[in-house]
Amino acid sequence: MARVFLPRSLAPYTGGVLEVELPGETIRALIAGLEAAYPGLAEKLSGQLAVAIDGDIVADPYLEVVGATSEVHFLPPVGGG
Amino acid sequence: MTQKTRDDQTLKWVGTRPIRPDGVEKVTGRARYGADFARPDMLWAKVLRSPHAHARIRSIDVREALALDGVKAIVTGDDLPEIASEQAFVGEEPTDYRMMSQNVLARGKVGYVGHAIAAVAATTSAVAEEALGLIEVDYEILPHVLDAVSAIAPDAPLVHDDLCDRKGEKKAPSNIANEVEMGHGDPEAAFASADFVIDRSFTTQAVHQGYIEPHACLAEAGPDGQVTIWCSSQGQFMIRGYTAKLLGLDLAQVRVVPAEIGGGFGGKTTVYLEPLAVALSQRSGRPVKMVMSREEVFRATGPASASRIRVKIGATRAGNFVAGEAWLDYEAGAFPGSSVAAGSMTIFAPYAFEHARSHGRDILVNKPKSAAYRAPGAPMAAFAVESVVDDLARQLEIDPIDLRLQNAAQEGVQSSFGPRYKRIGFVETLEAAQAHPHYDAPLKANQGRGVAAGMWFNAGLQSSAAVMVNADGSISVISGNPDIGGSRASLAMMAAEEFGIAYEKVGVRIGDTASVGYNDVTGGSRVTLATGKMVVEASRQVIAQLCERAAKVWDVDVERVQWADGKATVPDDDTIKPLGLAEIATGAGRTGGPIQASASGSVRGVGMSFAVHLCDVEVDPETGKVDVIRYTAFQDAGRAIHPSYVEGQIQGGAVQGIGWALNEAYVFDESGRLENPGFLDYRMPVASDLPMIDAVIIEVANPDHPYGVRGVGEAPIVPPIPAVANAVRAATGVRFSDLPLSPPRVLDALDPAS
Repeated sequence: MARVFLPRSLAPYTGGVLEVELPGETIRALIAGLEAAYPGLAEKLSGQLAVAIDGDIVADPYLEVVGATSEVHFLPPVGGG
Repeated sequence: MTQKTRDDQTLKWVGTRPIRPDGVEKVTGRARYGADFARPDMLWAKVLRSPHAHARIRSIDVREALALDGVKAIVTGDDLPEIASEQAFVGEEPTDYRMMSQNVLARGKVGYVGHAIAAVAATTSAVAEEALGLIEVDYEILPHVLDAVSAIAPDAPLVHDDLCDRKGEKKAPSNIANEVEMGHGDPEAAFASADFVIDRSFTTQAVHQGYIEPHACLAEAGPDGQVTIWCSSQGQFMIRGYTAKLLGLDLAQVRVVPAEIGGGFGGKTTVYLEPLAVALSQRSGRPVKMVMSREEVFRATGPASASRIRVKIGATRAGNFVAGEAWLDYEAGAFPGSSVAAGSMTIFAPYAFEHARSHGRDILVNKPKSAAYRAPGAPMAAFAVESVVDDLARQLEIDPIDLRLQNAAQEGVQSSFGPRYKRIGFVETLEAAQAHPHYDAPLKANQGRGVAAGMWFNAGLQSSAAVMVNADGSISVISGNPDIGGSRASLAMMAAEEFGIAYEKVGVRIGDTASVGYNDVTGGSRVTLATGKMVVEASRQVIAQLCERAAKVWDVDVERVQWADGKATVPDDDTIKPLGLAEIATGAGRTGGPIQASASGSVRGVGMSFAVHLCDVEVDPETGKVDVIRYTAFQDAGRAIHPSYVEGQIQGGAVQGIGWALNEAYVFDESGRLENPGFLDYRMPVASDLPMIDAVIIEVANPDHPYGVRGVGEAPIVPPIPAVANAVRAATGVRFSDLPLSPPRVLDALDPAS
């Protein structure tokens, strides 16, 4: 089960829960799991354009593969100047 | 994508300092920049800009201007398509295409002095300029807001009447365009267990990226609808994408030819002129050239945000950081999208906090829309947090580097922005600074030494590259990223390393949008890292083809063929004479045709960069002038492909940060008009102002890059502001919390009676 960490700004939509364990082999599957647990959350997460999977920040991550024990953090997008 | 990492012992080119391929063209003045392009029958275009900080546009009358002899086309906001709200990602400044379009050409309202209202194309620049004076605009002047504090007051004028979507929910309209919050633990409770808590607030002003070359472009729209744009930018694909989006064109209709770039530093990661030039060319049927004046660059393009930051850190008597909390307000300008999210992410990033939280707000004001600037959002955050860390070291009587080492983030530590760190080199960088002779060098009266640290993520994003074998055995590489910091050289060196041939045998060209696969912008310190990965990937594909061709020639199984030192060999049979690149390439027609490969990907495996800077200053107690007298910058580069260009990036970032600390600031009058729109009054450091910046490269290889690269361009601008401020604190005993540390401000603090 991947450990998924949500942005603090989404606490109102999860009853304050910011860390959940979910099955799923891709970010898409994890988002589907989050939506099932907290209806409407998928749309809220759409504004978070990046995730960190085991410390590796990925832009546009919808189809990225997640390991069975991965830590996944939803983040604001990171680019640069 | 997994790529084998090269062993240090086998490297011939990586880590050496060959001459850059574009060097001769640039030093002899032959390189072509944005304003150097021309087409037969070309028109010149100028932009009418708002004299008001905030006003409703009742009407625009262009009839008299259109009637002027020589005027061929005029566009106003009504001539651009209305486009739907859709998130765009611009440098570190997330924005919306609809608002990007409104920034390019105002619709209904102007949001800052300098906001574009209309563009005129004429046979000469002078006629276009004259026509601007004939355009009649009827304004209803509105009250304006010029700073974050005023903007969030309950009765503040609204920069946008309908902006109410933030933190994912609808709220009453306000000038707070967005809010972010991140962190872990419970800082509020943890502060109670701290022996010392320091809580300070800091302000910084908007600053310019300082690129020398103003924005410039030439656009030609043909009768078949095909559009070509020649321009200087940080990404030809970015220009193509944004221009097509704003004008409702298909991407395949638009080709963007990249010019050389005379500096960008984040400021050229969006569009200002290109959609206007294309629209004018479509209407006139002639090519249209636009070149901003320096004043226009200052008034109408995006600076780095002004900021107000409060930082609170608690520590034990032994020097362990207990908790950190920060509140960051960044000015976005007249449209949403400051770099506050990145500031909020980086502010505590160098340290291992059990309890950390940052709260960021993106605040609208009636000033130009902010833009990315090198490590966007991080330098101001570092100013705040590293000043507080310096004060803690003083209060705890702990060496400032020891205090940082005691609390340094390292592999496995949960970052303040969420994920655990992979392999990073912050500890090694701190240790190098502490061991350097600079750290213990004696100081004289009125002199002080400051130390500060900083980090930047670096970016992977999307990259493509093509690699081709020429008939003579030389290699052509096509990159889709403008070469800002020497990437032609670094890409050539990695290709030479892969093929085992001389660096001079590799030619790197920057392709237009029709000649190479898509690339995200040259930004985020990503080109040597990400596009470099694609060059390595494509090179390895080509080498596999070369081995196949050699196997065909020899009539042996390809598994028996190896590539080494520019040759295909069969190690288990010394009777077979090796085949060199040129021999295989010359015979390519017989073995299957041209040999080439391209690689594209969303690049992962980015290595974060940490920097530590030492700064010595001397403060003149009579004038308040601060002179930097010695400066040493340490940075983990992963591996320096071309150390000279890594050092150049470090030196450039340090100098820009020093300028930000000491003198640079946008100065607005009460009406919102910028008072210093030029390099005479906007004081950037010049060579005679500063000592040599010593750059020390630390190499903690990024294990996820074939050559260990981390990216180097942005981290060096993060520590300089606090390094200077901490040095001034050491020299004067005064903690400065507002930038810039200009002579009047320093003198006021030293002698309030003055």
